[in-house]
Amino acid sequence: MGNVAIGPGEESLGVSNGKVGMWTFLVMDAMTFAGFLAGYARLRWKEPLIEGTAWPNPYETFGTVGIQLTAFNTFVLVCSSVTMVHALAEVMRGNMERAQKWMLATIVGGLFFLGIQGFEWTHLILDVWPYIFDPNHSVDYNLNFAATFFSLTGFHGGHVSVGVMYNIILYLGMSRGKITANHGDFVEIAGLYWHFVDLIWILVFTFVYLI
Amino acid sequence: MQWFGSTDAKRIGIMYITFAALSGVLGTILSLMIRAELAAPGLNLMSDDFYLTLPGMHASAMIFFFIIPMYAGFANFILPIQVGAPDMAFPKLNLAAFWLLPPAAIIAFSGYLIDSAPQFGWTGYPPLSNSVYSPQIGADLWLLGLVIVGTSSTMGAVNFLSTAFNMRCKGMTLFQLPLFTWSVIVMSFLVLASTPVLTSALLMLNLERLFPNTFYFFAPEGGGDPILYQHLFWFYSHPAVYIMILPGFGMVSEIIPTFSRKPIFGYAVMVWSMIAIAFLGFLVWAHHMFTSGIGLTVRMVFMFLTMLIAVPTGIKIFSWIGTIWGGSLKFSTSMMFSLGFIAMFTIGGLSGVVLAAVPVDIQLHDTYYVVAHIHYVLVAGSVMTIFAGFYFWYPKMTGRMLNEKLGHIHFWGTSIFINVTFFVQHYLGVKGMPRRYADYDPIFADLNLVSSVGSFALFAFQFVFFFNLFYSLKKGAVAGPNPWEDAQTLEWTIASPPDHHQFHHPPVWTPIDRSHGHDHGHDLAAAE
Ligand code: HEM
Ligand SMILES: [Cu+2]
Repeated sequence: MGNVAIGPGEESLGVSNGKVGMWTFLVMDAMTFAGFLAGYARLRWKEPLIEGTAWPNPYETFGTVGIQLTAFNTFVLVCSSVTMVHALAEVMRGNMERAQKWMLATIVGGLFFLGIQGFEWTHLILDVWPYIFDPNHSVDYNLNFAATFFSLTGFHGGHVSVGVMYNIILYLGMSRGKITANHGDFVEIAGLYWHFVDLIWILVFTFVYLI
Repeated sequence: MQWFGSTDAKRIGIMYITFAALSGVLGTILSLMIRAELAAPGLNLMSDDFYLTLPGMHASAMIFFFIIPMYAGFANFILPIQVGAPDMAFPKLNLAAFWLLPPAAIIAFSGYLIDSAPQFGWTGYPPLSNSVYSPQIGADLWLLGLVIVGTSSTMGAVNFLSTAFNMRCKGMTLFQLPLFTWSVIVMSFLVLASTPVLTSALLMLNLERLFPNTFYFFAPEGGGDPILYQHLFWFYSHPAVYIMILPGFGMVSEIIPTFSRKPIFGYAVMVWSMIAIAFLGFLVWAHHMFTSGIGLTVRMVFMFLTMLIAVPTGIKIFSWIGTIWGGSLKFSTSMMFSLGFIAMFTIGGLSGVVLAAVPVDIQLHDTYYVVAHIHYVLVAGSVMTIFAGFYFWYPKMTGRMLNEKLGHIHFWGTSIFINVTFFVQHYLGVKGMPRRYADYDPIFADLNLVSSVGSFALFAFQFVFFFNLFYSLKKGAVAGPNPWEDAQTLEWTIASPPDHHQFHHPPVWTPIDRSHGHDHGHDLAAAE
């Protein structure tokens, strides 16, 4: 990339460095999520803490409306993956104007997701688990559920935020004419990241909200 | 400024090496404080509270800021050249990865400046490390520093892998790669798959510490599971021991053939055994947890898997011996360090197999036996390979030879006193001396004194090394491109030190017969 002279030796695998780098980065990122998910799984499926208490039912914690809202949010995120695919396809076709529009749609999708997540967090902190901020609270599984919930969804939300910024940078590059039809690779690499973030969300959603 | 902002992997490599050496000095000073206090029973030199910070901070300095960055430094300098690439795949990322390290070190160790360094050891087990038992801010700083180092080394790994896989020169197929490059590839996979898991555990611990009533992951009083932390921690830290030794294996695999004037015996087997070690390395983490109350069947499985690792490790040792066998040896200092490494690392591997037996481990866990084992693999292992690497590649990096006479003095002093320092610790452990205590029963006094004297002598001999480094920089013999004559990898075909653009024309590698190794000649053609 950038300041390295392209010699005949470069790209032994026939794909760009950027792509190889992103794939390796994603392996590592997947392992970070695996760590958080393992923490969640362990706390959830260990011997009951106190006789008679059980891991809180997500349907009761979030409420049916809450789950439906998040399901909708998941749908939005998946759609933003689709718009990303379109953005790349348009870049490949050389139709930069359309590519920009699809990119914008992707960004809006990401922002929408973050907005709903912020709304949901506020609601959970203020209304559902307010007692966890009370130093004299009783010990039950809601504490562990809240802890794993916030760390997992928070870490994922951080990824979405980074992805949105990444996409905004690409969008600005396109609108200033710095990213042209020859830079399909840039969009493709960003797309890898973005699809990965979506994929992880589907996992998180399944584990934390549905099971 | 030309240096600090340079994206040239060779310069970044030297910055890594310098940084790592400084951290090594810091870690050594901390360890000398430990040995000074333990020289005689009783609390002689420092408070109990201060002593408790030492083992953990010493280990953190050595593991996270010395050995791992040191290997990253060598890899930065050598790997791109060995694969025939103009530079790393992502030069700017490379620079950023390096520049995360100094702040990380400052943050991690700043606890000492405000008298609040953590006292829970390098493993940071909760609940000891949570906010109830370790309220000091130094503990948070240490955790933060570790998260940053982890980020830095994953960035490095992404770069090494992309470079080694995607920027090889013509003719450099995967099974033509030099073994040092292979070792960095395997090490990088380990980093990629294990470091983030540690990061996740440290972040959870961070949250638990910062929001004491809100987040409960590990604290039993809040329904957390302290064993969960141990699983996550060792899922990183067992593979991490191979992160700390595989590049050393790679270095030795370059040095021994050079000074035996024979190709490596069993090249392909060497590669596959590294891959096997890495793979098995992910399946054995719970052998650090035999005394933590996990089930007996689980312990048996982990015992069996752990013992399996001795197989590929043994294969490597036999390959090195097979290379030496019948070779016409040249006892240069780097060869001496490599031979010393093989001998002493074998002891460390054997004490590891001993510890892997569950009933034995239950006796020896958290005694000085474990300390002896760690140091035979890390000091007599990793550190010896690092010295071997210094004597081998210093001419390439600086253009000057290190003084061989001083080198031999350094080698003998180091090897003898490593054994004086650490061998007796096996006995201390078997007799039951626990680790991480400032005071001990007087029956352990004699052996502790031996160990302490040994450690100070070991330290003294390092001055010979540092003197040699600085003296030879100005006064050493001029090296020329291939001072060892029998070295065959690409870095020995270019100037010493290499020019900024290391290859004037893209190199072309003429494949050599790696697995049968009848080849002797310099049949690589760097089209100069
Ligand atoms: C044949 C290979 C090896 C085997 C079978 C082995 C086995 C073990 C076992 C069972 C323990 C746990 C002892 C206990 O806590 O009670 C241990 C500890 C340790 N090993 Fe190894 N080991 C091997 C190689 C290595 C290597 C190559 C390194 C590093 C380069 C290493 C570094 C360590 C460290 C740092 C600890 C102590 C961790 C701590 O508790 O602070 N080992 N080893
Ligand atoms: Cu281990």
